[in-house]
Amino acid sequence: MPGVLTADFWIIQVFNGISYGALLFLLAGGLSLIFGMMRIVNMTHGSYYLLGGYVALSVIWRTQQFWLALIVGALAIALVGIAEWNAFLKRLSGQELGQVLTTMGFALIFQDLALVIWGGDPYTIPIPPALSGSWQVGTLYFPVYRVFIVGVAAFIGLVLYLVVERTRLGAKIRATVDDPEMARGVGINVYRISMGVFALGAVLAALSGVVAGGFVGVYPGGDFEILPYAFVVVIVGGMGSLKGALIGSLMVGLLDNFGKALFPELSYFTLFAPMAAILAVRPTGLFGRA
Amino acid sequence: MAVGRGQVVALAVGGAVLVAAPPALSSFVLTLLTQAILFSILAMSLDVLLGYLGLSSLGHAAYWGIGAYSVGILTTRYDQGFWLTLVVGVLLSAAVAAVFGLLALRATSVYFLMITLALGMVVWGLALRWVSLTQGDNGISSVPKPRLGLPWTPADGLSYYYFALAGFLLAWAALALVVRSPFGKTLVGIRESETRMRTLGYHVWLHKYVGFVIAGAAAGFGGVLWAYYNGIVSPSDLELATSVEALLMVALGGRGTLVGAVLGAGIIVALKNLVSVYTHRWLLILGAVYIGTIVYAPEGIVGTIRQWRAKGEPS
Repeated sequence: MPGVLTADFWIIQVFNGISYGALLFLLAGGLSLIFGMMRIVNMTHGSYYLLGGYVALSVIWRTQQFWLALIVGALAIALVGIAEWNAFLKRLSGQELGQVLTTMGFALIFQDLALVIWGGDPYTIPIPPALSGSWQVGTLYFPVYRVFIVGVAAFIGLVLYLVVERTRLGAKIRATVDDPEMARGVGINVYRISMGVFALGAVLAALSGVVAGGFVGVYPGGDFEILPYAFVVVIVGGMGSLKGALIGSLMVGLLDNFGKALFPELSYFTLFAPMAAILAVRPTGLFGRA
Repeated sequence: MAVGRGQVVALAVGGAVLVAAPPALSSFVLTLLTQAILFSILAMSLDVLLGYLGLSSLGHAAYWGIGAYSVGILTTRYDQGFWLTLVVGVLLSAAVAAVFGLLALRATSVYFLMITLALGMVVWGLALRWVSLTQGDNGISSVPKPRLGLPWTPADGLSYYYFALAGFLLAWAALALVVRSPFGKTLVGIRESETRMRTLGYHVWLHKYVGFVIAGAAAGFGGVLWAYYNGIVSPSDLELATSVEALLMVALGGRGTLVGAVLGAGIIVALKNLVSVYTHRWLLILGAVYIGTIVYAPEGIVGTIRQWRAKGEPS
């Protein structure tokens, strides 16, 4: 392990941890809202991430347009999410076991369909020239693409925060999270809000899948590899809390990076054990409400 | 719940077939049967939580995996015989369940799901990354056949089947005793209404905790037998997908009945093996079974049959 104690090592690891955390925030922010509002344990969330990457890949192959691919990928997965929610999940509110098994069923089906359509080879989404290369600061190199991810996550986080906290729609969303029955009672269309939030979660997962395709790639099994990370973020931060998702993402991103760099043999343990410790103290997560 | 005459006959016939038929079966069917009865132990242990306590655990494969890894590590590194691996496997999974239970039982419903998932991932992460102990992704291969200290070693498929069958019957008897005892009835009472049981003076938390540890220990017992059968122990034995599959087995067969858990395990094992013979698209079909179970038989097969019967009888 060369140069563990140098400042450069720490700066680069912190940077990598934050940029991975930014990616996780995109993925888990939506999952957290879905949890908070509908109490759905969505095992399909990793599939949205993977399918988003694959759809974007197909668009890029045909058009060479990164930005178009990003948008098409997100919209396509929004439709998938809306269909799944409408056809099955909305009937299963309050039935945790039914939700877990149904969404797991969809995750398996999507995994197999992706294998049929895109095959078993790993791919990398080609990133636009403006985002490739590195910025040099002194002796350190910061890949532009990772800075871009942090920027995207910060932008989306800000928009989400403003919408949820500052708009009328956001007030309806918060009301639905707090007490769906009362929200329905005062005339909020809880069904439409729930569907919208589910679609939003799917869109964010797909976006994170496209963005991740540029540096970790798109490959079979990526869905179930990333899913535990998204769950950990939501568990640590507390379900339904954007602030919690942000702090949870950064924590998981940093723990994952330092765990892998410093204790490779215990790297998952260093990720999951602090989470278990937090749960022992606060069963609802750092910012969650029972 | 009285045991009807029909059920006794069905059990007797089923038992006779399980004992008498195997010598005449092909090795493929024998493989299916052995896997089915081993996974039945996992499903029955989970049913104590899911069916009798109403707690959906998303990390139950962890205890199964701890039993399996105990065998893998003790046999290949320390050259131990069956009995020691059995004791260590069961005690270790019970001990881990005792620690995890302290954390998990602070939560209910969806939070319980998430916490058990997280705790399951802790164990999975260790199995995957603690390479010097577990050999990581490759798993521990060439687990020997169990050395019983007897003149007889269940080395070939048929004799291991009978060995596993004995273990299965033992687990069934033990768990049936648990769920039919006053303790088991209390668990059902807690499932139906915690408040009522607390008002009646029952120590609700302690009952849940003991149920949690029993479920963990029984899963560990199954894992020990699984490791010897499979000959290899790998992180896939305790990954999230295995935990969810165990949930599916119980939900498909019918929660709250040990027969249901066995039935569900048998169907899923048969399906996975048979479908993968005919098509590469078995994940697609398994996914459809997940969804179909919830849509068409939310109470499971046993529960659905009971509903039919209840409709048929004049009330």
